Amino acid sequence: MATNNCVDSKSFYGCAKSQQFWALLALGGLAMLGTLFAFFTLEHHGHILTGMNNQIVWGLPHVFAVFLIVAASGVLNVASIGSVFGKKIYKARAPLSGLLALAMLAGGLGVLVLDLGRSDRLVVAMTHYNFKSIFAWNMIFYNGFFAIVGLYLITLMSRNLKQYSKPVGLLAFLWRLALTTATGSIFGFLVARAGYNSALYAPMFIIYSFGYGLAAFIVVQSVMYKWNNIEVDVNILARLKNLLAVFIAAGLYFTIVLHLTNMYFAKQWDYEHFILVSGGIYTTLFWLGQVLIGGILPIMLLFSPAAKQHPAIVFVAALLVVIGGHAQMYVTIVGGQAFPLDMFPGYAVSSSFYDGEIHQYTPSIWELMLGMGGIAIAFLVTTIAVHILKFIPADDFKDIELADH
Amino acid sequence: MSEHQFNQDAGQDRRDFLKTSAGLAGLTLAPGVLLYGISAYGRAPDEPASSEVRWGMLIDTTKCSSGCNDCVTACNTENGLDGKTGPQDSQWIRKVHIKDLQTSEQHDLPMMCQHCEHPPCVDVCPTGASFKRADGIVLVDRHICIGCRYCMMACPYKARSFVHEPLHDQKPDVPRGKGCVEACTFCVQRVDNDEQPACVEACNKAEHNAMLFGDLNNPASDIAKAVKTYATTEVRADLRLNTGVRYQGI
Repeated sequence: MATNNCVDSKSFYGCAKSQQFWALLALGGLAMLGTLFAFFTLEHHGHILTGMNNQIVWGLPHVFAVFLIVAASGVLNVASIGSVFGKKIYKARAPLSGLLALAMLAGGLGVLVLDLGRSDRLVVAMTHYNFKSIFAWNMIFYNGFFAIVGLYLITLMSRNLKQYSKPVGLLAFLWRLALTTATGSIFGFLVARAGYNSALYAPMFIIYSFGYGLAAFIVVQSVMYKWNNIEVDVNILARLKNLLAVFIAAGLYFTIVLHLTNMYFAKQWDYEHFILVSGGIYTTLFWLGQVLIGGILPIMLLFSPAAKQHPAIVFVAALLVVIGGHAQMYVTIVGGQAFPLDMFPGYAVSSSFYDGEIHQYTPSIWELMLGMGGIAIAFLVTTIAVHILKFIPADDFKDIELADH
Repeated sequence: MSEHQFNQDAGQDRRDFLKTSAGLAGLTLAPGVLLYGISAYGRAPDEPASSEVRWGMLIDTTKCSSGCNDCVTACNTENGLDGKTGPQDSQWIRKVHIKDLQTSEQHDLPMMCQHCEHPPCVDVCPTGASFKRADGIVLVDRHICIGCRYCMMACPYKARSFVHEPLHDQKPDVPRGKGCVEACTFCVQRVDNDEQPACVEACNKAEHNAMLFGDLNNPASDIAKAVKTYATTEVRADLRLNTGVRYQGI
């Protein structure tokens, strides 16, 4: 399957691209080095160097990690629509979709593992399971995802196993639904905290994953096309952009329902007031980041008449969804912890352990370096894979040849 | 079966014998004086904890003095904590001040791991490092804690701390470690040695007597009798975790 890039005109990268490929690799490698430096520094000194503390126990690394994990599951949707529901233009994109799913999951999990207090005990995490823990189930789902999507990719790209791609694709589709249900439930099952404790988190994370995954797919596909001077077919663009708009709208719908539900319960008013009105950075990130940048603006861009003809507009809209997705994760993960636990309803509470007050969190550069590692891993895996295997959507090969000559 | 899953039944005869012996000794040596509490609960290191015991604590907030921090200091000394109170420092027990927003009624109380019968931290722990001993004490197995902090997200009482930096000069009886989560252990090293938790001892020493520790399952124990006599409160009773720590006066 591997091609010699200098003689095969169908390959994604031609000879002229070779140097740029190595430059990309160096860029990703440099980011990864920074991540490893941060990891070993934290391993030596402890999490004292981070902004995380005993109040905000999950911080910026988790924002990057959970975004990547959720998007990884969603990006597989493109393949699922092709294999499971038989849509041809999606089928052509299935290999790239599967590859991105694996790359992004690897990135997200990489950050989670590097942020553990005892990363050296990864073997313990893989050998000791408490089956009552949704976290333990997630580990099984993540490992299974690698295996199933890996197998799915093989069936997609092998000449002899193509007939198995549909059943394996169906299994991958069902598995990814279970995986994101479990990821959302990490938060949904937290009974004690006002910001979580809702069954809505499971379906909401699934719909978020549809949006973030497709947005990530469009971003990567756009870059690949640009790299090869390929114009995307307007019909394909229209399909993808409309689907993305529907996913974003559905994500916004779930967000509204979550907050409306909370607002109905008197005991949740303080939390809702915090997130929606008085929460400072969290309120700003919610309205400006999650709702405006990640929701309303992309929908407006995607439905604008110009978007049908200009892939750049769709690319920008997808990029905004990715940025908005990070804002959403920050509000969900950090904002949910910043609001104090309500142990004594009806009482004002204070203590040396910061009870009863909004918890402070300022991420450190080390956390940013750890978090960027997830993107670096996903970037490196994708760059190397598309360099050695054919991942560019096959319906565009004629365009590649035209562009090359 | 992992090493922390203590057997529930083994060693029962030995404990029965000890309890009977202690009871007989009490009756013989001090007629008219009832010896209740935690006597005869000590056990050898290789002897498993028993599910016949449910360790619990009753805190009378009306006796807890607002200016007193003795329980916290005693806990820090016993368990080798440095007593710092920064956002990244461990606090196994803290004094909480509460004020009723309508009546302005005020209370001070110590807050620590509530040693729930159904602990959310144990439910969510992916590796099983968070576990509940047969006698109801909730602990962290430092050998398999991976430092994911999910238990800290799940605890309704904010009772757990993450060790953010390397530790030195640790207490041999109280293993702690950078990158692991920790919390109040009810001073398990003392309880297994037939002593009271350090906080309770300090409270009694200061003559506040706001903390009562004992076996909730033993109808003859002071705590069981108190819980039966007075209205007591579980913090976040709505979660129905059946906490081992109860409060009186709030």
